[in-house]
Amino acid sequence: MRNLWIFVSRYNAFFLFIIFFLIGIYLTVKNNSYQRSVTLNSSNEIVGTAYERLNIFKRYLNLGMVNDSLAAENAKLRTNLLALTTVDTAKDVKIVDTITNQQYTYLAAKVVKNSVTLRNNIMTINKGSLDGIKNGMAVIAPQRGIVGLIRDVSEHLATIQSLLHKDTRISVTLKKNHALGSLVWGEGNFDIKKAFIKEVPNHIKMYVGDSVVTSGYGSFPAGIFVGKVIKPNVATNDNFLSGELNLATDFSTLQYVYVIKDKRAEEQKALESLVKPNE
Amino acid sequence: MNSRIIIVNLIRWFILLFVQIFLLKNMGFYDLSTPFIYILFLLLLPFGIPNILLYLLAFGTGLTLDAFYDTMGVHATACVVLAFVRISFISISLNRDAIDDPEPSLSYMGFQWFSLYAFLCVIAHHLVLFFLETFRLTEIGYTLMRCGLSCIFTLLIIFLVEFIFYKRTSR
Repeated sequence: MRNLWIFVSRYNAFFLFIIFFLIGIYLTVKNNSYQRSVTLNSSNEIVGTAYERLNIFKRYLNLGMVNDSLAAENAKLRTNLLALTTVDTAKDVKIVDTITNQQYTYLAAKVVKNSVTLRNNIMTINKGSLDGIKNGMAVIAPQRGIVGLIRDVSEHLATIQSLLHKDTRISVTLKKNHALGSLVWGEGNFDIKKAFIKEVPNHIKMYVGDSVVTSGYGSFPAGIFVGKVIKPNVATNDNFLSGELNLATDFSTLQYVYVIKDKRAEEQKALESLVKPNE
Repeated sequence: MNSRIIIVNLIRWFILLFVQIFLLKNMGFYDLSTPFIYILFLLLLPFGIPNILLYLLAFGTGLTLDAFYDTMGVHATACVVLAFVRISFISISLNRDAIDDPEPSLSYMGFQWFSLYAFLCVIAHHLVLFFLETFRLTEIGYTLMRCGLSCIFTLLIIFLVEFIFYKRTSR
């Protein structure tokens, strides 16, 4: 403290200068309308620019929320689209209430936890039973491609048994000739971009670049693009053909998925359960 | 002795401000060159004056000028800068203990020292004054020209006054 005082008194000229200079500047700016307007304007400019910067930053922070709302909107639009395209026109109804005929609805969900590196990969999404999610529902990726099936459901969360799982088998077809097959992943190849289409009948010719879509026999609606064949006609020891295909889904960057609700899933299950096995 | 210094400075203050306000305020060459002779008062304050008193006098003189020029604070700030330059220059150029002259005037200090002293103080004062008046950097060329020409004018008048009141015998 004493040293400080000595320092201040030794350089008192400078400190006094600072004090008086600031008072002078203050008086100048306060009492002269021109100087005041210049100061205020420039400071307003600075403040304005600062706020603008802050706004950009805030917008960035809000991106998550915006994404959520956009995804929800997308889901709604897709549902509407389905309502327009999947009307069962063969049905004999007088008043076409498209809503009642709509079989599938989409629900946007955010991926909370993702894994792609394991042998059996499970994801978690932020929608659960409260949102009407049930075991076995199909999950697809936002742009194109399929993700997997709902495995377990809690109130607010659900897990997806991803396609990258040894138990996942999805019924697919070759788009051009509707030859059935099943989609599996990870038999000797754990590349997350590749999967196999198996059990294609032997008489079918597969070519490089053939599109593979879902067949509609499982939980997935028909015609969802899965991927393109890159290595056709891989011979296996059984009487079926196999092919390797490039998946359209990029599992590693997945942030949002759509859960597909099938209105008639219960009905179908109930009906099919009437058929006894080994009948 | 002491009271004499005070009276001399008081009279000087009144005369210089009177001249400045009632004569030089109305003078100017094409709005480019305006003399500010009143700072001679601050230049000629005695050596032994305490810093705080010097600043107060500078600030007060500036404020008085501001009151007549309707530029609140501009002259005061410029005078404070001048005071700072004065203190710095004196402490750098003169040995504090060896000062036996009463005031830094031309007749006591000689032409060379006084001219440098006056030049530095005047240019500092004018720079601050004109830049505070303009208060923007976009017209910097015009401001600098005004500042330079006014410096010349002010210095000219300061030397005139100093030579008029030159005391040949005192040196």
